[in-house]
Amino acid sequence: HQVLRIKTRNEEEVKQLQLLESLEHLELDFWINPSTAALPVDVRIPANNVQAVKAFLESHGIEYSILIEDLQVVLDKEKEDMAYGQQRERSSNSFNYGVYHTLDSIYAELDHLASEYSNIVSKLQIGQSYEKRPLYVLKFSTGGRNRPAIWLDAGIHSREWVTQASAIWIAKKIASDYGNDPSVTSLLNKMDIFLLTVSNPDGYVFTHTTNRMWRKTRSKNPGSVCVGVDPNRNWDAGFGGPGASSNPCSDSYRGPSANSEVEVRSVVNFIKNHGNIRAFLTLHSYSQLLMYPYGYKCTQPADYAELDALGRAAASSIRSLYGTTFTVGSICTTIYQASGGSIDWSYDYGIKYSFAFELRDTGRYGFVLPASQIIPTAEETWLGLKKIMEHVRDNPY
Amino acid sequence: DIDDVGHKYYLELELEDVLDKDSTVNCTAEVLYHLGNKNIAPDVQFTLEGELKNTDEADNIFYNRVKSLEKELVAENIPDSHGNVPPEMEPIHLLAWVASGYVIWQNSTENTKFQLAQIKHVKQVKRTDEYLEFDYMILLHDMVSQEIIPWQMTVLWHPQHGVQVTQDSRQPKHASG
Repeated sequence: HQVLRIKTRNEEEVKQLQLLESLEHLELDFWINPSTAALPVDVRIPANNVQAVKAFLESHGIEYSILIEDLQVVLDKEKEDMAYGQQRERSSNSFNYGVYHTLDSIYAELDHLASEYSNIVSKLQIGQSYEKRPLYVLKFSTGGRNRPAIWLDAGIHSREWVTQASAIWIAKKIASDYGNDPSVTSLLNKMDIFLLTVSNPDGYVFTHTTNRMWRKTRSKNPGSVCVGVDPNRNWDAGFGGPGASSNPCSDSYRGPSANSEVEVRSVVNFIKNHGNIRAFLTLHSYSQLLMYPYGYKCTQPADYAELDALGRAAASSIRSLYGTTFTVGSICTTIYQASGGSIDWSYDYGIKYSFAFELRDTGRYGFVLPASQIIPTAEETWLGLKKIMEHVRDNPY
Repeated sequence: DIDDVGHKYYLELELEDVLDKDSTVNCTAEVLYHLGNKNIAPDVQFTLEGELKNTDEADNIFYNRVKSLEKELVAENIPDSHGNVPPEMEPIHLLAWVASGYVIWQNSTENTKFQLAQIKHVKQVKRTDEYLEFDYMILLHDMVSQEIIPWQMTVLWHPQHGVQVTQDSRQPKHASG
């Protein structure tokens, strides 16, 4: 098929073209219809009629030029270009958010995000694990100096794989939503977000290499054959109280002293040095719970009413997507009394908006949640987190 | 509270078919946790207000498939680390779930909350009679203590005669992981 551009010089010539237009058997497709002599007329002509149309124009002295010699060639090239473009996109970001990844793979993706979204994402190292693996935090910031910030961590208990997987999805979501989603944009224009996707890298590696059900850190306990400390019983909040074990072989072993675990100490130091963290959010699995302090005691926090209302609003947002229900309450009344927990520490330190999430499911798969549920879990969890973050943004204190 | 006896709970439950979310049955139950001696399983009485779905067809297909295997069925890590269960292993998974329910009941107190975390290993034991027998090593997760407890259980099953746990025993945990 050819596309011709016809330059009409007067009304008479325009009338001739309108006559041509009426000849249906020619199957002419006018891209610009003949209407006035001032405008060119572009027309696509099926291959077998090209000669006839050209003969007509020439016999009437109507000027024309060939705009597109062979339309098919143009279409084929366009298709090729599109496929090439798509393939480049695929190979430059081949991270599949819908499967579980090794530590190395997650760490590589952190670098990729920091590079692809370098205007708002940077990677910081806040310390090293017991076995000397780096503890990396992604910082989301649009500038300022020490803006009020939100802290979010995942994977403090290494077997809770959906949390690390959700965290990396959430990182991508925040980065790509900036400039596109009004809420995320206004959030990052006022506040920073710090995201620790793998809080316990030693434990995470161990769940891949040796024991899928490993929960604790991998620190050696002097005088015991048993390894590791429960990092969520090791914070300085009611440390040594009920709800944590003094037995190194226990999965809820609190450790020899508060902050004995470098993984915990690194976060505490970061938060203290930053000085302007306004919310502390942490991801666990499983049970589908959204909790606020306290765990180490069963009395209500001073901000109970606000935290409970906000928790319910967040749970409602989560439910809106796939119907997943989260139970809201304090740690002590919702699961059990547990001392040395992170959000109790952050709350008593002065970070009012302290929440702990227990993600999917409620026990059918438990820790071994099918990978097909990673993205739905991340999507719904993000809605709950966003609700809380919006409230923090709009309620400075 | 029942003096000198224990604690009794009155429950109204809605049971949901794991394989068909729209299929539910109401149920009332009474659970009595005995005082003192923690080695007695809680008493359970229940009434189903409705009928459970008939599963004869699926049961028979599974039964015949296993009966006709040349070699004993053996499998590990169900679900696997990534939550996958091969379709042909799903009945083995479900059977473990039912059987572990019995083990959980027998070992529950007011301070435990057990879930089946994973089947570490399962081996079929060929029998001369009509029953299927499986030797399972499972992991139970106790939400309260957060412990993962290995447990061995021997399970008998027949489509018409149901599930039986003929033997079960708690296993020691490995020290370093």
